[in-house]
Amino acid sequence: MREISIWFFIGISLLVNGILITAAGVWEIFHPPANPVVLFSLHANVWWGAALLLFGLIYCIRFAPGRQP
Amino acid sequence: MMPAMAMFLASRLVHLSAVDVVIVAFYFVLVLGIGFYLRGHAQTGEDFFMAGREMTAWVAGLSFLSANLGALELMGWAAAAYQYGMLAVHWYWIGAIPAMLFLAIVMMPFYYISKTHSVPGYLKLRFGEASRTLSSVSFAFMTVLMSGINMYSMALVMKVVLGWDIHFSIWVSSLTVAIYVALGGLRSAIFNEVLQFILIWAGALLIPILGLIDAGGWTNLKLRIAQNASAEYTHAWATLGSFNGNPMGIHWTGIVFGLGFVLAFGYWTTDFLVVQRVLAAKDLRAAKMAPIIGAAFKLMVPFIVILPGLLALAVLPTKLIGEAAAVASGGHSYNEVLPLMLARYCGPGLLGLGVTALIAGFMSGMAGNVSAFTTVWTYDIYRALINQDASDHHYVNMGRWCTVLGVLISVGTAYLVMSFASIMDYVQALFSFFIAPLFGTVLLGMLWKRATPAGGFWGLLAGTVSSIAMWAWVKADPAALRYVALSPNARDMAENMYRGLWSWMVCVLVTVVVSYMTKPKPDSELHGLVYGVTAIPHEGDVELYKRPAFWAAVVAIVFVVLNILVW
Repeated sequence: MREISIWFFIGISLLVNGILITAAGVWEIFHPPANPVVLFSLHANVWWGAALLLFGLIYCIRFAPGRQP
Repeated sequence: MMPAMAMFLASRLVHLSAVDVVIVAFYFVLVLGIGFYLRGHAQTGEDFFMAGREMTAWVAGLSFLSANLGALELMGWAAAAYQYGMLAVHWYWIGAIPAMLFLAIVMMPFYYISKTHSVPGYLKLRFGEASRTLSSVSFAFMTVLMSGINMYSMALVMKVVLGWDIHFSIWVSSLTVAIYVALGGLRSAIFNEVLQFILIWAGALLIPILGLIDAGGWTNLKLRIAQNASAEYTHAWATLGSFNGNPMGIHWTGIVFGLGFVLAFGYWTTDFLVVQRVLAAKDLRAAKMAPIIGAAFKLMVPFIVILPGLLALAVLPTKLIGEAAAVASGGHSYNEVLPLMLARYCGPGLLGLGVTALIAGFMSGMAGNVSAFTTVWTYDIYRALINQDASDHHYVNMGRWCTVLGVLISVGTAYLVMSFASIMDYVQALFSFFIAPLFGTVLLGMLWKRATPAGGFWGLLAGTVSSIAMWAWVKADPAALRYVALSPNARDMAENMYRGLWSWMVCVLVTVVVSYMTKPKPDSELHGLVYGVTAIPHEGDVELYKRPAFWAAVVAIVFVVLNILVW
């Protein structure tokens, strides 16, 4: 039985977390919280979440079970 | 009940939103999923206890570091950075990097070529059964106790930070670890440690990035720390010329020889909790590269641990105080600095990821303890002393049950500490008794072929007993601190370092003297175990950038440059 790469699991984790964090960040842009965090104007959850999403997507594709050498 | 609950909820540091809870829950689902998936890959002893010895250098290296990167380590050293400033960085740099590189280049060939499954296993091959029994029993006993103490401490953190019930935190996290390690063995522990390593960085890296923006850059950060605390807080070496010149009460000799040499080398080269990850590497080159990769990332860990503590000195509106004063006044203690910085910058989603990083850090440390305990118990105690002739299948089953048993003992220890808090201090001191002498024994075993089985055993025993004796002496008569730690002003950390240094010297001295009085093993019995009678495989004509020695040199140069930058 061929083992699924650990990097695929990491890709899944980053992808799911990235989607959730980006979505929460976009939601906050349209529904600003009453007590925003410091540097809220930078919308860190949007770009950090997007970065995780991107890395997660790359790892999921690169290390997908069927694509491993 | 309700007013008490309301007060309890109001006192928590951060409040998780629905998306944060989903992120934390997804983490638990994923680690359990990995455990169930890998169950089919852990059918033999070699698979279960050594992960099939087929880990790549990257996986072994990240796991090697992750097993040490516990949540208490993250929070504790962020707190230390707030309290002591840049001095805290020594525990990541000089307290780790030289030792990790030494393990990679000098010691790894002997561990790997001997095909030992554990550090006590190496002692058996080199010095005989008595040395193995002494080190394996002490290691197994102390590992599960330490695991329990960490478990209790983490549950306490979860209560303060999130308002979670202590029993809930203990049982959910420990059962999760028990399930995924019992199912997939070391491979599952390693896979999850790599995942946890990535999550720790993903969750914690944003704090220093946003903190530096908030503080106005590195130069402004130093100015604000000088205003709020002292300019000395941004120096790592400049204040170590005397015992009284710095808040730790330590001299540079203690940092260099006590921490940088004895304790760091003892921990990183002989503590089976971390060495086990490297032994799972697929070949000698991967085994040598793994600690170097770990060292490269260890150089960067202060960015997510020490820097947040320093940033807090500059940007937090309130001054953090000691634990006792915080409890008395209702204020925030140093220990809460990382969650406070997390809550300061991280909104919904990011907060969940940050909390997941803390939980992941805790679970990776616990899984490291449990998997190392399982291997040492099964191979070095059960198979060596109780049942020598069972089948491989029997030992794998013993390993699975031992994993569950180890977790349950840890839980029991956690509850014991909950009732008798002073036990924590004693057990942490006990653990330090074994590290420094063990390093002396293993080092002489690998580098000096004249060291005899009797020398190894009596040196290890004498070093351990001398460490216990020095600790008891200071407990009974605090004035003895001036002799043990060379200064009456030394704090606990300084005492630990000097005690480690003396016990290592006792171990080496006794080993040498006894070895010269007893008959050495013939060279034919030392092949693969000792320098001078072991043929180290040549790396061949590979490119420079593929050689472990090259990357070790790169890491060493960066290590020196970083120390100069924060001198």
